[in-house]
Amino acid sequence: MVLFVAFVGIQFVSTKQNQSNVIPKTDFLLVNNPPKNIKKLLQVSCYDCHSNNTEYPWYNKIQPIAWILEDHIKEGKAELNFNEWDSFSSRRKKSKLKSIVNQIKDDDMPLLSYRLVHQDAILSKSEKELVIGYMKQLKDSLK
Amino acid sequence: MKHLRTVTILLAVAFVGLTVISCKDSKKEDSNDAMHSNLSTNEAEMNHDETMDSNTMNASNDMMDSSTQNSSAKQVVLDYMALKDALVETNKDEAAQAGKKLESTLNSFNVSSYTSEQQKELKDIIADAKEHAEHIGKSEMDHQREHFKILSKDIMDMVAITGTETTLYQQFCPMYDKGSAWLSMEKEVNNPYYGSKMLHCGTVQKEIN
Ligand code: HEC
Repeated sequence: MVLFVAFVGIQFVSTKQNQSNVIPKTDFLLVNNPPKNIKKLLQVSCYDCHSNNTEYPWYNKIQPIAWILEDHIKEGKAELNFNEWDSFSSRRKKSKLKSIVNQIKDDDMPLLSYRLVHQDAILSKSEKELVIGYMKQLKDSLK
Repeated sequence: MKHLRTVTILLAVAFVGLTVISCKDSKKEDSNDAMHSNLSTNEAEMNHDETMDSNTMNASNDMMDSSTQNSSAKQVVLDYMALKDALVETNKDEAAQAGKKLESTLNSFNVSSYTSEQQKELKDIIADAKEHAEHIGKSEMDHQREHFKILSKDIMDMVAITGTETTLYQQFCPMYDKGSAWLSMEKEVNNPYYGSKMLHCGTVQKEIN
């Protein structure tokens, strides 16, 4: 009962929205212009937490889901903001690309909690290979 | 049907989420406590502070004689070696500890004794290395080793600029992640990527003086 009241109560607490219509010139997809299918995969699976623009799902109206997501976005953007890609030095880019490959290979990204509720964000084996191959090739192309 | 499933999962997640949030808070306090006690008891930290002080005082000396290694750079190499040794021993907690130490040394790295071009390069290296050190400070072993590989590249590039007073050995094991290098102070190969599983995998690639 207490839980239920708490659950209803927190529905009235609002969260900050991570939404911006501007795509900066430094954006990863804009600068690197990857093939359409890879672009789509990154947008669906990563951009919600790693850019300035989150496509909020309808259930983000439900607390505490909204809080959890807000937390992930804050942390995720601090680690890696795809919108700011081209402002990184070549060293930082290579380092991030390596981490991206590692995270996808180890099934650490997208976050498990997000995959549970956001099933279209799950990368299949072949999609993983596709993204990893692309990121590796991009890394090798940097001097 | 798919919707129904999503709704059920969501409701479950929501209630579990509430519980998790309360757990998470108390966990945070725990780790804060741990950090505090570490700060007050860890002698290494204090020594490190001394190093930093003498470093600022010596800055002008460093500028005179560019062949002496800057003391921040020296400390970075020492912290890196402590981290490497912890990974060789497959000791996650010690590696995390060493990662945090390295992060704080990098944070107070004094680059003033270098040319402006070197400073630019060093700042870039430091920013990157700091991120990896930070992750090593809070990750599982596998993840620590992944970050250590990228960190090693940063430290090698740093040493190329700062030089080193002690001889360093660049070692390489072709097995881990399609080939990975690291630095060591001993010629003998002890592999930080596998620990006891493949302790001596690797060769000396380069001697750095
Ligand atoms: C639900 C939000 C969320 C989604 C979706 C998400 N991430 Fe993350 N990501 C985070 C958070 C939070 C962190 C920081 C905590 C951590 O490292 O686990 C992070 C950290 C990272 C890091 C740095 C980790 C490291 O150890 O260097 C990389 C790289 C990364 N994410 C890549 C990705 C990629 C690629 C995708 C898409 C395939 C993705 N993320 C999807 C939330 C998310």
